[in-house]
Amino acid sequence: MSAGKISGGRYMRRKAVNVAMLVLSGASAAFGLFWLFWILGILILRGAPALNWAFFTQLPTPPGMAGGGLANAIVGTLMLTVLATAMGVPVGLMAGTYLAEFGRQTALGRVVRFVADVMTSAPSIVIGVFVYAVLVQPMRGFSGFAGAVALAVIMIPVVVRTTEEMLKLVPNSLRESALALGAPYWKVVFRICYRRVFGGLTTGILLAIARVSGETAPLLFTSLNNPYWNFDFTKPMGTLNVTLFNYAMSPYDDWRSKAWGAALLITLGVLCTTVIARLVVSRTQIGRS
Amino acid sequence: MAEPSPAPAENRRASRKAPAPWGDIVFKGSTTAFAFLVLALIGTICVVLYSKGHLAISTFGFKFLWNTAWDPVREDFGALPSIFGTVVSSLLAILIATPISIGIAVFLTEMAPPWLQKPVGLGVEMLAAVPSIIYGMWGLFIFAPIMARTVQPWLKSTLGFLPLFQGIPMGIGMLTAAIILAIMIIPFIASVSRDVFSLVPAMAKESAYGLGATTWEVIRGVVIPHTRSGLVGAVFLGLGRALGETMAVTFVIGNAHRISASLLNPSNTIASTLANEFSEATSPLYISSLIELGLILFLITTTILALAKFMLWRIEAQVKGAPR
Repeated sequence: MSAGKISGGRYMRRKAVNVAMLVLSGASAAFGLFWLFWILGILILRGAPALNWAFFTQLPTPPGMAGGGLANAIVGTLMLTVLATAMGVPVGLMAGTYLAEFGRQTALGRVVRFVADVMTSAPSIVIGVFVYAVLVQPMRGFSGFAGAVALAVIMIPVVVRTTEEMLKLVPNSLRESALALGAPYWKVVFRICYRRVFGGLTTGILLAIARVSGETAPLLFTSLNNPYWNFDFTKPMGTLNVTLFNYAMSPYDDWRSKAWGAALLITLGVLCTTVIARLVVSRTQIGRS
Repeated sequence: MAEPSPAPAENRRASRKAPAPWGDIVFKGSTTAFAFLVLALIGTICVVLYSKGHLAISTFGFKFLWNTAWDPVREDFGALPSIFGTVVSSLLAILIATPISIGIAVFLTEMAPPWLQKPVGLGVEMLAAVPSIIYGMWGLFIFAPIMARTVQPWLKSTLGFLPLFQGIPMGIGMLTAAIILAIMIIPFIASVSRDVFSLVPAMAKESAYGLGATTWEVIRGVVIPHTRSGLVGAVFLGLGRALGETMAVTFVIGNAHRISASLLNPSNTIASTLANEFSEATSPLYISSLIELGLILFLITTTILALAKFMLWRIEAQVKGAPR
């Protein structure tokens, strides 16, 4: 009889440990979300009042003067991101295509896959130092172009890996039926495989864009900053991110409030791009099944 | 099956029969060239950083690694305070983030009802998407003042006898930076852990449940032993991220080139030194020393990330190799 009692006690204890651990795991999930909501809440609370018509249309004021906006920095960020995408995405797509179509088992494929994975998480500030050394120093000046190159370098590994993963989802039977009809391989890849996973490729590119549009560190000493309109990629270019850094560190209340506005704008842009990217991929997955 | 199945182009026998049309030769050649470009990129980064840092490397030699001075006026530079700050802040962050991340992964894979899995997973993903500089700004203006008013004085009054918690509670400093780093790397560790947890064969888990194990016992006895090297990989991935994190740390660490036992004191990391001083450095030796710092950071992080990748590959091969 006593044995039954002991095992009953042990059973209760096991149950209790189980419940405690599961509560802890739930608590850690709540802990993670808590910070997200805190940060987003603060951003909206402090950033929204700074976003007015002038913020989007006017140039920055001299230090200490109220008013003005960050129109040049908004345009600068968009220009840099577009140029970086134009440079980084084709490279990433092609290298990713190699991995999926020719390099699944080759040594080069393995090495490139490994390097791309490592570079995805490599510190972005080092990329900035690298671009400074190869572009800014020899050209004797900070430039928007250098900033875009730094962002492109960060985008490439992200696009490489998503392109590969997506192309791998295309069943070989599809490739083989197209080949059997006499289509050359490049046509099979570009016209059939790409089209089949178009949504997934778009997701990869959008995620890469989201990733770089929040980057500040690689821009600090490549595109630098510029308080005026500038559409010339050979000159320093203002961006929201670097402006936010400078304004947040400044002693002026008006600048700090603009920094919160910029922070809200950047975060909204990045989070919206991320969510859209997710929606695109989940829609194509539904289409596939 | 550890190896992925080859694409039709890789099937040698098929391609030997007829010569490929010129379009395919161009296609294969150009994609291969771009794959080489990715390799060349990482090689160029190493070579450029080394050659531009050469002035500092030849001036200071290995002494650079343990010199504690950082004096732009006398041109005496040493990396130790920055390396110390980088390593300590990242290790602290890992210490805080690992149990929470694994908790989140357990929640997402074993515990949460399906209707909750998706929103919580998306929320964690959003946490990873928030840009670094936003964490920094929030840390400086919102979180650091709270640390200064409540957490740090409390630490000082209860644990102040330890050398770890001495000094003035200013809010900014090593501890604040480590906590913010921890929040930033939680989503990375959590999502990789979730992925490796889902590699555990359902049959193994169900066998344990069939023997009457509780959920926690299945996690501790089956899931975690099964995925140990994957979890180590996940933690290393987080560590690699934390070591190179720049903007968030730059805002809150206080930027002081000194080594202090107290976690309340301001400090510095390699990344924050670069962010703060690079565009202001004027003399060639100063710039070269900063580039050498960048090289050191690059080597440390790529080593850690490569180890992480290695661990994760091992677990994938292990799971795919084992009969289901």
